[in-house]
Amino acid sequence: MSSEVHENLEKLPLDAWHRARGGRMVPFAGYEMPVQYEGIMAEHLWTRENAGLFDVSHMGQLLIHGRNVDAALETLMPGDFQAAVDMKPKYSLLLDDDGGIIDDLMATRRGDGFYVVVNGATKHGDIEVMRRRLPGEVVVDYMKEQALLALQGPRAAQVLETIIPGVSELSFMQGAPFTWNGRNLWISRSGYTGEDGFEISVQATVVAELADAITAHEFAKPIGLGARDSLRLEAGLPLYGHDLDTATTPVMAGLTFAINKRRRAEGGFAGAMRILSELQNGPAQKRVGLEVDGRQPVREGALILDGEGNEVGKITSGGFSPSLQRPIAMGYVASHLAENGTALKLEQRAKLFDARVVPMPFVPHNYHRKGAA
Amino acid sequence: MSLYFTKEHEWIRVEGNNATVGISNHAQEQLGDIVFAEAPEAGRSLRKGEEAAVVESVKAASDVYSPISGNVIEGNPALADDPAIINNDPEGAGWFFKLEVTNPSELDGLMDETAYRDFVASL
Repeated sequence: MSSEVHENLEKLPLDAWHRARGGRMVPFAGYEMPVQYEGIMAEHLWTRENAGLFDVSHMGQLLIHGRNVDAALETLMPGDFQAAVDMKPKYSLLLDDDGGIIDDLMATRRGDGFYVVVNGATKHGDIEVMRRRLPGEVVVDYMKEQALLALQGPRAAQVLETIIPGVSELSFMQGAPFTWNGRNLWISRSGYTGEDGFEISVQATVVAELADAITAHEFAKPIGLGARDSLRLEAGLPLYGHDLDTATTPVMAGLTFAINKRRRAEGGFAGAMRILSELQNGPAQKRVGLEVDGRQPVREGALILDGEGNEVGKITSGGFSPSLQRPIAMGYVASHLAENGTALKLEQRAKLFDARVVPMPFVPHNYHRKGAA
Repeated sequence: MSLYFTKEHEWIRVEGNNATVGISNHAQEQLGDIVFAEAPEAGRSLRKGEEAAVVESVKAASDVYSPISGNVIEGNPALADDPAIINNDPEGAGWFFKLEVTNPSELDGLMDETAYRDFVASL
């Protein structure tokens, strides 16, 4: 419990705003970021019941454009960029030649180009990879002057509609441009908590004003990184650098929904040979959700053992679920042990824990589907 | 009765030959929501500075060290079912364990309450 000196860390556009609201700042992805305000548990539960405002301005916002940009992106990612519908965000993965995951991201066709949001810790590497591997006529612009907010929770639409009329018309995984106080915003109905919600791209110069307007609503509060992590874990969503990295493939990670029929038939993306083979024959390891007995959290790095005590995998994310009031985890295990209900042991600091493979999400998603109330 | 603190943010309250150990209010604030705590078993003999108990918040796991040497008389039975008691009353009902003191001279190196509050303010 020592106070760390934060050197060489960048400040978010909302740095002073977070501090003024009691945000406890910690180093994350090269930035000083708020891990919590009043407490992770309370912030987590607030987001599941109301609306939580997250500052995710550390993430990289890119605009990729140029001749045949969709076909060019398809060489690096397994998504169907040619069939991508305007203003519909799609989850995809930046892959290396062995099919390992360089990053996971959201890509949205916006007119002639693609608006791509990548992880904060990996953004500079991603930009470098894309610029090196895409043809010369495709340009990758890093939108450094844009901040990014996420408003998440069952009351997110109710809250945001009072500030930006019309947003509640968006359906899940749909985006559109809006204006607010004469400023241009890009808003999509998407997020990383398993709840309904929005991600709002806004000029850094006005983000504090917008954050003030949102949190002035009685049902909206600022939420830190700590709850962001516990919310996404309950939602079964992988975190890059923990559950995904260059040693994992989309098939191992259970992200095959991001590879459609045409791309499976045609291939032509980085790592296609390995990934198509894994799709056909199954991967050696799979990402699974685990329910842990007792109350003690089992965290990243713990070993996963089979009934005979052989090491069969590792925990990549784990913690105490505030919504379920029990420890949950995800990790990779040998594929024959990935069936739901499989009993496994976890080993952490020389202590053994009983665990079972369970389906994810741990807490049901609450997305706003078209036609739903 | 005397109250002492360590730089690792444990407190120890000494009454005669016995002592009670817990973590400070500052420590629980830094940890945040505590979801698990494991106190040592009665009969265990602890050396000064030895890992005696485990405390875990939503965010992280931490060890609680024994401020002095001694034999564990009892662990707080309330911690297993209600670890949040450490957040709510860290220097009272949220105590971790009671010790029979074996080497009282080890108390000399610890901080009194005023020195500890100054130490925390300097962090």
